[in-house]
Amino acid sequence: MASARYDYFLDDDHAALRSLVEEFARDAVAPKAAALDEAEEFPYDLVAEMGRMGLFGLPFPEEYGGAGGDYFALCLAVEELARVDSSIAITLEAGVSLGAMPIYRFGSEEQKQRWLPPLARGERLGAFGLTEPGGGSDAGATTTRAVPDGEGWRIRGTKAFITNAGTQITSVITVTAVTGEPPGETSATSHPTGGKEISAFVVPVPSEGLSVSPPYSKVGWHASDTRQVFLDDVHVPSDHMLGERGKGYANFLAILDEGRIAIAALAVGLAQGCLDEALRYAGQRHAFGRPIGTFQAIEFKLADMAARVHTARLAYYDAARRMLAGKPFKEQAAIAKLYASEVAVANAREATQIFGGAGFINETPVARFWRDCKILEIGEGTSEVQRMVIARGLGLPGM
Amino acid sequence: MRVVVLVKQVPDTWSPKRLRPGDFLLDRAAADGVVNELDTYAVEEALRIKEKHDDTTVIALTMGPPPAVEVVRKALQMGADEGVHVVDDALAGSDAMVSSLVLAAAIERIGFDLVITGVESTDARMGVLPAMLAERLGAAQATLAAEVKVDGREISVRRLAGGREFDVVAPLPAVVSVVEKINEPRYPSFKGIMAAKSKPLTTLSAADLGLDSNRVGLAGSATEVVAAEERSAERARVVIHDEGDAAARIVEFLASRKLL
Repeated sequence: MASARYDYFLDDDHAALRSLVEEFARDAVAPKAAALDEAEEFPYDLVAEMGRMGLFGLPFPEEYGGAGGDYFALCLAVEELARVDSSIAITLEAGVSLGAMPIYRFGSEEQKQRWLPPLARGERLGAFGLTEPGGGSDAGATTTRAVPDGEGWRIRGTKAFITNAGTQITSVITVTAVTGEPPGETSATSHPTGGKEISAFVVPVPSEGLSVSPPYSKVGWHASDTRQVFLDDVHVPSDHMLGERGKGYANFLAILDEGRIAIAALAVGLAQGCLDEALRYAGQRHAFGRPIGTFQAIEFKLADMAARVHTARLAYYDAARRMLAGKPFKEQAAIAKLYASEVAVANAREATQIFGGAGFINETPVARFWRDCKILEIGEGTSEVQRMVIARGLGLPGM
Repeated sequence: MRVVVLVKQVPDTWSPKRLRPGDFLLDRAAADGVVNELDTYAVEEALRIKEKHDDTTVIALTMGPPPAVEVVRKALQMGADEGVHVVDDALAGSDAMVSSLVLAAAIERIGFDLVITGVESTDARMGVLPAMLAERLGAAQATLAAEVKVDGREISVRRLAGGREFDVVAPLPAVVSVVEKINEPRYPSFKGIMAAKSKPLTTLSAADLGLDSNRVGLAGSATEVVAAEERSAERARVVIHDEGDAAARIVEFLASRKLL
């Protein structure tokens, strides 16, 4: 694989992990990616191998079945996978960052011991149900409700676009639900949840009343599992509440802040994959008697692609480092996610252009990259939401 | 049981390989060094034997210039217990005879019940080393193994040779070379990468193995490359015209070149 990746100051462990995943992505994932995309097939064998490699446990301690790495290591793994296949990258990203992480961050010791180890070993997958047909980042629009029913809670509602919700190995879906309204007048505009008390619950799979739709027919991410989740009076015991009652919204914000760094890493991987492919093609495809890469029109496209992917990578490295150092990182994560997703779209567009007609044929990786890139400007907070987050941190008057 | 598994650093399979002008030795600087892929099957088989038999120690051994230590590290990351790197400027240019002399000395020093190797290295592609080692070590040899079972002090091997299968049994100590069909090598795990850092890794020189510098390297080698020329990019072409039997003749052609 042609390489136009600038090295950075990774420590030995992170560098070794990145090489490991790079090799796995190139030798085990890349050869299957087109066929999995075409068949819209979830790759259980690759997920199992990634589980054995410890990728699903990267940010978790060994006592919970983890690999004892950190969140930056997860981001590096996600980037290397996305370089060849976004579907497998999002399966890992969502499984760890959305499926397992809320349990690790906000679960009691008992909850962690109970649910985390199989997720961290990659034997089972977790999903996170926040978004609903009527709202995602707008938590005030949450309509799923949980009401006390004596020994626990009864949950009713619908969740939309939930990754890993319906695989054969999905074991838990964490959902947010309204658990009450505080008494008195509340202004919907003065509070992000519109005054609603939102809590999170771990719903085991299977549970009576819990069902999922068939997989969506998506533009991209064909080999990842995305479904609607229906909660039809699902009963969960009270010890299935995750984190404190009423903290569901604050907790999910924290999870999304981290998750944005990993999505930025995924976007950087895709942008790098576009550069890898375009560079290779520009060297071998001839026009007017010479390789197209010798025309300045193509050279400059490639140079811009390299510059974009490098700066986007630095942005997510910085956000991840700040997070691991315990410093505030909300705006940096939003900037990394905003910028990297736009870079992914730009590089996919240019790579497709360099491939010409071949780039419009589904079997070429760049055609897949083109279909896979757009969701990056939407998922885990749209680009508009990222700009809201960044703007709020600027100290504008009235904020 | 002590299982010594041989690993070798070779130029990346996908990059063009060159000989250095002058001494016609492999130009190791011309391409990235990677682990000989065929050796990863040997490492995997050693690890599977270890998983089935308690009290088994797997020692990864290589001989090569300083960067070759990376392939030992890779074996440690996969799960080998210890690593040994034979490294010495005097070893440069060793032919297969000398390599087997040096490696046999290293294996004797390490102590072994079983030696496992890949079927050949993708750079020199001679495939003679396993037999030479067995001879030098006075051990049984079972090459081209597609299946290996260890039972007490006995080893059963299914050999794949010349398109046929042979079941052979030998007493330990033995030298076994394995073919790609034998297993699917594992990827290291993140924990394996971390654990590898604290595993013992020993460096040995020719002197440590009691070998004089005139017996090794180019000086000790019985063979010498005296001339080399670049292979022409144009290869001889064979055109098969279909006279109703083209398919059979294509199969025959491929089989004659051992591509089937």
